[in-house]
Parts: sequence; structure tokens; C-alpha cells
Amino acid sequence: MLKYANPTNFLALAARLIPWLAGAAALALAVGLYLTFFVAPDDYQQGASVKIMYLHVPAAWLGMMCYMVMTSAALGTLVWRHPLADAAQKAAAPLGAAFTLVCLVTGSMWGKPMWGTWWVWDARLTSVLVLFLIYLGLIGLWQTIEEPAQAARAAAILTLVGVVNIPIIKFSVDWWNTLHQSASVFRLGGPTIAPSMLWPLLIMALGFTLLFFALHLMAIRNEILSRRLRRLSITAAAAEDPEVAGEAAL
Amino acid sequence: MSSPLLALFGRELRIARSVGGGGAMGVVFFLILVSLTPFAIGPDLNLLSRIGPAILWIAALLSTLLGLDRLFQADADDGSLDLFVMSSTPLELVVLTKCAAHWTLTALPLIAAAPLLGLTLGMEPAALAGVAASLLAGTPALTLLGAIGAGLTAGLRRGGLLMAVLILPLTTPVLIFGVASASAASGGTVPFHTPFLILCGLSLMAVAGAPFAAAAALRAREA
Repeated sequence: MLKYANPTNFLALAARLIPWLAGAAALALAVGLYLTFFVAPDDYQQGASVKIMYLHVPAAWLGMMCYMVMTSAALGTLVWRHPLADAAQKAAAPLGAAFTLVCLVTGSMWGKPMWGTWWVWDARLTSVLVLFLIYLGLIGLWQTIEEPAQAARAAAILTLVGVVNIPIIKFSVDWWNTLHQSASVFRLGGPTIAPSMLWPLLIMALGFTLLFFALHLMAIRNEILSRRLRRLSITAAAAEDPEVAGEAAL
Repeated sequence: MSSPLLALFGRELRIARSVGGGGAMGVVFFLILVSLTPFAIGPDLNLLSRIGPAILWIAALLSTLLGLDRLFQADADDGSLDLFVMSSTPLELVVLTKCAAHWTLTALPLIAAAPLLGLTLGMEPAALAGVAASLLAGTPALTLLGAIGAGLTAGLRRGGLLMAVLILPLTTPVLIFGVASASAASGGTVPFHTPFLILCGLSLMAVAGAPFAAAAALRAREA
């Protein structure tokens, strides 16, 4: 395991894993979408619009899971000061923002026919919107601080502060009376959703998860390479200008 | 409170009072925000008195955060922040003291002004007291959460707007329970103390946790 903390070994591992992950993600998403549109039954009340669930729910899960991945990377940054953890943090933020945005947009499209409104300010919707805003803030922080290691530490602290929002999202439907329904898959006493709908949902969730890991590995690889490029260009500039050489040594 | 922290508290007050300190600017900004709202919404006093607590809370939130990006900036510029980091006094307590001084300078005048401005919005006496009480209980949380953002953005060239973007989402619970308790004071289905106690709890949590995050953010700038 420790062997892959070395960026070069990690790049080799990523190069081997990414095709498999991407292929598995494509397969799971293809099967999941087929099941969604041709096998899973329509809801007796909602009709075909229940199909939005197969995108909405996995996107919501991934939006939160991505934050937890980012939180563990943030611990890696603060405790071990490992550059790979910095790269994992930085790569996760735009992915999490994208999944959360998909969750918000599909939820809104589902809410219009079912609730009669695009948006309500209830606890679940608001806390997911706050999650999206935290992701945007983190991206802003990464873009503002020039020195990568310093940006990683600042982002790690903000990530750890913002993690309080995750249990709020999870339990918002239980703590407050919300228009959003409460949990029906991960709950005590087993899922309340029919197996004919549960299986396509779980396969879609698997596809989304594999997709996330494939994209995350690719983004980490890009981050490692762009850091090497940055270092090389500083060294190249230093060869021409002795003053820059002094700065690079610092 | 030991004497270095008392000295720091006094220093903050003196700096804010001196020329260039800009200590009163937050209250003036608060005043302007509140008096602009009726122009945007219209002079209907029934409507204004109903949404008065919300107007006052939004204005308080913005004017508290507006001044906060300067919390560590001047110290970072003249190097005294490095002395704080190196000194034997714990940085967490330094942060807490600076926040206390900042709160005294910006939030307290604002809380005093809020009932007067509430009168111009046609709010009932019970609602005025509710707003003042909820601001008193909630603004410490705003100042301390803002201190985390100020620590993260200290020394950055374009820190001001970024700090608001980072911290405003985190202030949502404070705003929700602040407005809820202010509204509950003027009648409603919820008793006043339910949201008010949660608001107090949020402030206490911020006092206990935020100085550590802000101090960690300040230390992360170095090394």
C-alpha cells in the first residue's frame, strides 16, 4: 500500500486501473440505463417521471461520498503533508460540484411535475445547495492561492469545517418536516422501495461510483503531471536567470 | 484572562478608534443596507414589519462579514501576525481575543442600533426585543465563523470576496435560527426559547471550535 504513496508508482498504478474502471463504469451505466428505461416499472402515481430517480439518487449519494473522499484526503494533507493527498483533494472538488449540480438539476426537474414547483426551501434542498456552494468556495480557494502546498492546507481546513454539513444533509429529512421524502434505501429495517426498482437503482449507483473513481484517478494524474511541469518550468527558468534560481531553492 | 491577552484586547480597541481604523464603518453599512431595503420592497409597513427581522438579520450578517476580512490582514501586512504565531501565548486564544474585540467594536453597536431601525420598519416592541436578543446570541457565531475565513484568506491579494464566498454558506444555520427566534418573539406557533436556545448552542459551538480552525489556518500560511 505504502508503495503507491510514491507519485511515480501511483502513476503506474493509475495507468493500469483507469481503463478497467472506465470500462466497468461504462458497462454498469449501460446496464443500469437499459434497466431504467426498459425493465423497471413505472410508478403507480408518478408514471414515467419516476425514472429521474435513477439519476437523481446516485448523483446525490456521490455528491456526499465525494466530500467524504475529500475529507480523508484533507486529513492526509494535514497529518502527513503528503503531496498525493493534496492532489486527491484538489481533484475531488470539481467532481463533487458536478455530481451535486446533477443532483440539484434532476431533483428540480422531478419536483416540477410531482410537487408542482421547481424548488422549495426545505431542509434537504437547502443543505444540498449549501454543499454545492461549499464545493464552489473550495474551487475558488484552490484558484486563488498560488503556492500549491499552502492552497492544499487552506482547502483541507475549510473541508474539515464544512464536513458538519454532511450529517445535516443525511438527517435533514428526519429532523425537520420536509417536502422531500425521507430515506427509503439505507434505513433501519431494510429498504421500503420495491426490488424491481431497487436493483436498477443500485446498478446505477455502482456505475456512478465507478465513474467517479475513474474520473478522480484521471484528475489526480493530471494534477501530478501539471505539478511536475510547474517544477520543470521553474528549473528551466532558473537555468537562464540566477535570481530565479535563488527563489526556486527557497 | 491573562495580561498579554488583555493588552491585545486594548490594542485592538485603540487601533479601531484611531484614524484609519474604520471601526464605525460596519454600523454605517448596516444602517445603509436597512434603509435601502424599503426602497427595493416598497413602503408598505405591514409587509416591512413582517419581514423586518429578516431584513435586520441579513444586514447584520453582511456588515459583520464585510469588516472581517480585515481581521488578520493588517497584522499580516505589518508582520505582527508572525509575532503572534511565534509567541508563547496560544494562537487560539489570540484569535479568540481578536474576535472578542472585533465583536465589541462592530456587533455591539449594531445590536444597539437594530431596535431603532426596527422602529422605522414598523415592528412591534416584542419583535424589537426579539431581534436584539437573537442578534446578541447569534453574532458571536458569525464573527467566529468569519474568523476562519479571515485566517484562510489572510495575506491573499483578492481575499475579501473569497472570504465571503467561503463563509456565507456556513452561516446558513445561524441565519435560519436567528430569524426564527426573532420572528417567534412577535408571536407564532413556535415558542421563543426553542430556536433561541439552538442559536445560543451554535454560538457556543463556534466559540469552542472556530478558534482552533482559524489558528490552524493562520499557521498553514507559513512553512
